[in-house]
Amino acid sequence: MQHHIVLRFVGKLFIPLVMLFGLYVQFHGDFGPGGGFQAGVIFAAAIILHALLFSVDTTQSVVPLTLLKPLAAIGVLIYASVGVVGIFLGGNYLDYNVLGSTAIAGQHLGILLVELGVGITVASVMILLFFCFARTHEAGTVDQVDENDLQATVTPEYDPIELLKARDRAIADELEPYSTRETPTL
Amino acid sequence: MWINLVLLALLVVIAIGVARLRSLFAGVMLFGMYSLVSASLFVVLDAVDVAFTEAAVGAGIATILMLATLTRTNARQESLPSNIVLPLLLVFALGGLLIYGTLDMPLFGDVQAPAFSHVFDHYMLASGREIDVPNIVTSILASYRGYDTLGEVVVVFTAGVAVYALLQSQPDKP
Repeated sequence: MQHHIVLRFVGKLFIPLVMLFGLYVQFHGDFGPGGGFQAGVIFAAAIILHALLFSVDTTQSVVPLTLLKPLAAIGVLIYASVGVVGIFLGGNYLDYNVLGSTAIAGQHLGILLVELGVGITVASVMILLFFCFARTHEAGTVDQVDENDLQATVTPEYDPIELLKARDRAIADELEPYSTRETPTL
Repeated sequence: MWINLVLLALLVVIAIGVARLRSLFAGVMLFGMYSLVSASLFVVLDAVDVAFTEAAVGAGIATILMLATLTRTNARQESLPSNIVLPLLLVFALGGLLIYGTLDMPLFGDVQAPAFSHVFDHYMLASGREIDVPNIVTSILASYRGYDTLGEVVVVFTAGVAVYALLQSQPDKP
């Protein structure tokens, strides 16, 4: 991915817009389709796009794991503690009516906070999942692998010529049943 | 009507394609298409929130996570087992059971359906007065059914913790 300059340029243009759209979906969920789940996924998609275009290490210097892991728990905690605050204010668990000066204001505040918790947890868990899967391919983690394994398995995968050859072979395999039909043996 | 038929036919075509392909990469991409067509179907049914989720999660994030998984496995499925009679019987039996199960389901749009006969009226009529949020889906999801949604968030969190615990190959860099 290191040399895909067009993708990187377009990505740089779009990533902030995707993030902004994620925030819009988050805070506009009361009025239109959307909410914490969708917003979290869209926001995570922007970060994952960054990681795909600029390597996981670059992205992790902006969004480190030490930030993501607490955030995933904080989202759940925000949601759950909104319910506890309701109990302290004299209502039932997750009863938002008591949160504001009027029942309607309480409902609005409660839904806003709860959706915020959902969005934070979903976004950080999605990014965390991607990092978990992608991290083993990064250079930083390869040093744990046995050197012999490295020579045998990892190197050919990173050789672009070999990659192209492998792809051609895969395509040829896929088309094999059709090619015999179209070229009659003479 | 026609658009439903076209979309459902597309779903069937994509499903057959996924089942027949041996290349897992192409299979993942087709699954993404399947989600996108499902999302279109939900839009036709006026379920825009569900469609939104399906498009963002099913077609977007799930595809990327599957691709990331492919970097850790082979990109091709192993060839079919030679004896396919038993699996075929099993699939037909299970499919028959599922179709038999749908016979008991209420007709599409039936006002007597259980989903419309218990709390549905209250949600539809009182949501504007009690919660005053224009999107009733949000008011049900976040307020009336707050417990359910809390459970869903905990599920997402637990899944994240489990995957992290399984795949963490080394301690974090300081």
